[in-house]
Amino acid sequence: MSDVHAHTVAFVRDTMLEQKTPPLSSVGPLGWARANLFSTWLNAALTIVSALFMLYVLAGILGWVISPTWFGTSLGDCREILAAAGRDGHGACWGVIRERWIQLLFGFYPSELYWRPILAFILLGVAIAPVLFSDKVSPKLMWFTAAYPFIFPWLLWGGTVWMPLGAAAGFVIGFFAYRFVSEKQSDLLGIIAGVVAALIWWLVLNGLVTGALSSILPIGFEPVESRRFGGFMLSITIGVVAIVCSLPLGIVLALGRQSDLLIVKYICVGFIEFIRGVPLITLLFVASTLLNIFLPPGTDFDIILRVLIMVTLFASAYMAEVIRGGLAALPKGQYEGADSLGLNYWQAQRLIIMPQALKISIPGIVSTFIGVFKDTTLVSIIGLLDPLGLSNAIRADSNWNGIVWELYGFIALMFFVFCFSMSRYSMYLERKLKTDHR
Amino acid sequence: MTTLTDPPKDQFRLSMLIYDTRYRSATIQVIATMAFMLLVAWIISNTAQNLAALGKPIDFGFLREPASYDINQRLLDYSSRDTHLRAAFIGLLNTLLVALLGCITATIIGVVVGVLRLSNNWLIARLMTIYVEMFRNVPVLLWIVFIMAILIETLPPPSAFRGDDPASSMILGHTVALTNRGIYIPEPLFSRSLGDIHLLGTFPLRFDVSLDLIVLLVVLAGGLFASAHIKRRADVVQEATGDRPVTWYYRLGVVVVPILLVLIVLGFHLGMPALQGFNFQGGTHLRNSLIALWLALSLYTAAFIAENVRAGIMAISKGQTEAAAALGLRSGRIMSLVILPQALRVIIPPLISQYLNLTKNSSLAIAVGYMDITGTLGGITMNQTGRELECILLLMLCYLTISLVISAVMNWYNESVKLKER
Repeated sequence: MSDVHAHTVAFVRDTMLEQKTPPLSSVGPLGWARANLFSTWLNAALTIVSALFMLYVLAGILGWVISPTWFGTSLGDCREILAAAGRDGHGACWGVIRERWIQLLFGFYPSELYWRPILAFILLGVAIAPVLFSDKVSPKLMWFTAAYPFIFPWLLWGGTVWMPLGAAAGFVIGFFAYRFVSEKQSDLLGIIAGVVAALIWWLVLNGLVTGALSSILPIGFEPVESRRFGGFMLSITIGVVAIVCSLPLGIVLALGRQSDLLIVKYICVGFIEFIRGVPLITLLFVASTLLNIFLPPGTDFDIILRVLIMVTLFASAYMAEVIRGGLAALPKGQYEGADSLGLNYWQAQRLIIMPQALKISIPGIVSTFIGVFKDTTLVSIIGLLDPLGLSNAIRADSNWNGIVWELYGFIALMFFVFCFSMSRYSMYLERKLKTDHR
Repeated sequence: MTTLTDPPKDQFRLSMLIYDTRYRSATIQVIATMAFMLLVAWIISNTAQNLAALGKPIDFGFLREPASYDINQRLLDYSSRDTHLRAAFIGLLNTLLVALLGCITATIIGVVVGVLRLSNNWLIARLMTIYVEMFRNVPVLLWIVFIMAILIETLPPPSAFRGDDPASSMILGHTVALTNRGIYIPEPLFSRSLGDIHLLGTFPLRFDVSLDLIVLLVVLAGGLFASAHIKRRADVVQEATGDRPVTWYYRLGVVVVPILLVLIVLGFHLGMPALQGFNFQGGTHLRNSLIALWLALSLYTAAFIAENVRAGIMAISKGQTEAAAALGLRSGRIMSLVILPQALRVIIPPLISQYLNLTKNSSLAIAVGYMDITGTLGGITMNQTGRELECILLLMLCYLTISLVISAVMNWYNESVKLKER
């Protein structure tokens, strides 16, 4: 075969041809457009249709957004400004945002105390920095992070300083009881002793001690009632508390669901499936009407606290499922490796299983966070003044009666900024924690 | 001589309950059970005490009392003299209606957007990304009230359709009227109707079944069966001779012709909406609340479904496409025979939870006044009767049942497309 081939070849080129520049249609912007926008007739048609559609929408929206009504004082005033500018009524009335954005942020919180929520949210940034950006921020700040859950409600609600200190003392007492008993006896007894000691402190002693202390040394802030809370402050408060509390609860529930202890497992499964099977709104109804019925007669919980409890329970069931997914995705060898090192259950979870499971489930965890934060708008249905509830209150003002798009647009934009930055952060975190070398 | 002695028998000591791993799990379980029982007992006793103090023991008798409120969007007959149970039933049907409609449209939009996000057309892919990010990052409640506001603010009032030179006119050949009170579409009517069967008499859960609909469904099923039979015959012929007989007109015919005959016999015609007095009469009236809820839920959920679809398609390695192309398949067949069957396995589990989410989110109907089960049982009935505990229990029970049924059905489907490992 091969020599037949060799004999049939009559001519062999012995010099290279000069290189030519690529055709104009495949390089530069033109080439890019050809490849990405007009590769086939169908693609070209789609490009043109969608470009026209986009131009049409953008022209409509931009023409409406760019409007000289920032200093309008009422809807009628805005219309006059627009008419004077020669734009018969087409244009946003931004005066409402200028006048009410403070209210959209803080609700009816007393204006002379605005520094407290502002400080609380600045400190929130400081407190979560060592968690979010652990490679850039000193880990010593973690102490502040641990203390922050007690500072945060105190700054927002005010009241005596002994209250958060008393609540924190419960954890300290529980921890020392656990340390003491687990050294003398076993781990299990230590955990039980810690929980019991903390419960005794919170339920019995705390009230007496803080009461006595606050009558001796009445240090504290002016208290602010819950019904004056509102706006994005309320959304962020509910969101942050639910997010922070639901993560540990979710981990516990996920571990319970994976555990060999049959009864513990079924309690967890029942809880998770129940919460995931009902809409959040029914749980909020429970918070607004039933939770007081479930508690000892005479208890009157604050409505925001009740909502916080229910939203946290709701979020933790979803969190548990996300983390269970992460646990299930871990290879069995990791569990066996931990066993072979002689680690006990909690050591294995803390040092080997959880870090990997949490890393796997980051996207799910963050989307649960985003979901919880978005779901905080539902509290407007049970009458709390979150941004959406406030927008109704603002429209009830005769000056702004009939304003719709500006308020909804502003609220939507704020939510978009929060949620979008959370999702971008999760991508950053995923990249940072990626340890496989592809 | 060796003596066989029994291994030393462990005496059971109390401390082994804590230190011995054989018994420790039992200890933990007993403690957990007791703590759980204590918690439940505590809640129940508190509830009993509180309810006794309020003077309203648990009693579902209120369900038999007349509801005395109206439900404007309904699938079955209902009047304000009907009972609370009937109102809750109508509400439940409304929930199911919007959930079903929403799941269908969300799936369609979601699949289209998810595929288009992977399009090699740069502009289309970016537009779809904007759509997904926009809907995923703004609360669904905001979308619902937003779309409701759009419907109310931008559509013309019915009076705009009046006069010789009306400001707006009906679209689609004068059959559909878009107004700010809702959308009026033609309704199917039968002039020689077979009538209805009334089931369950006067019981609150009574419902009517239209005989016309049953006849139509039976004929349609028969047509589809015959069509499947023709396809099998064609397969047999193809197996034997290698040529596939052209059968599409037979198959179309056996489905369409009987249906058309039945429709003619029953005297099918469309009832057109027409402007009478202050509003449109006739036709089917889709209220703004239903449309806003349906649209918002579909568009919102579609953004999530699009992401699931995209992830599912991207999870299939490119080698599969290339291998299929190497076998000489065309791109459409590559998609339907190679990529989609594999991608479906990745897509379906998250799709189930999206359907569940949509169904649960339909409870936000209460924000725009659509009377679903949350609006009837959890809204007006609860406020009228003051029976919070009973109403919320029933409400949760309804949603739990719906969720369990959806996930059971979808899991069954998931099983059927799962990779069969032999």
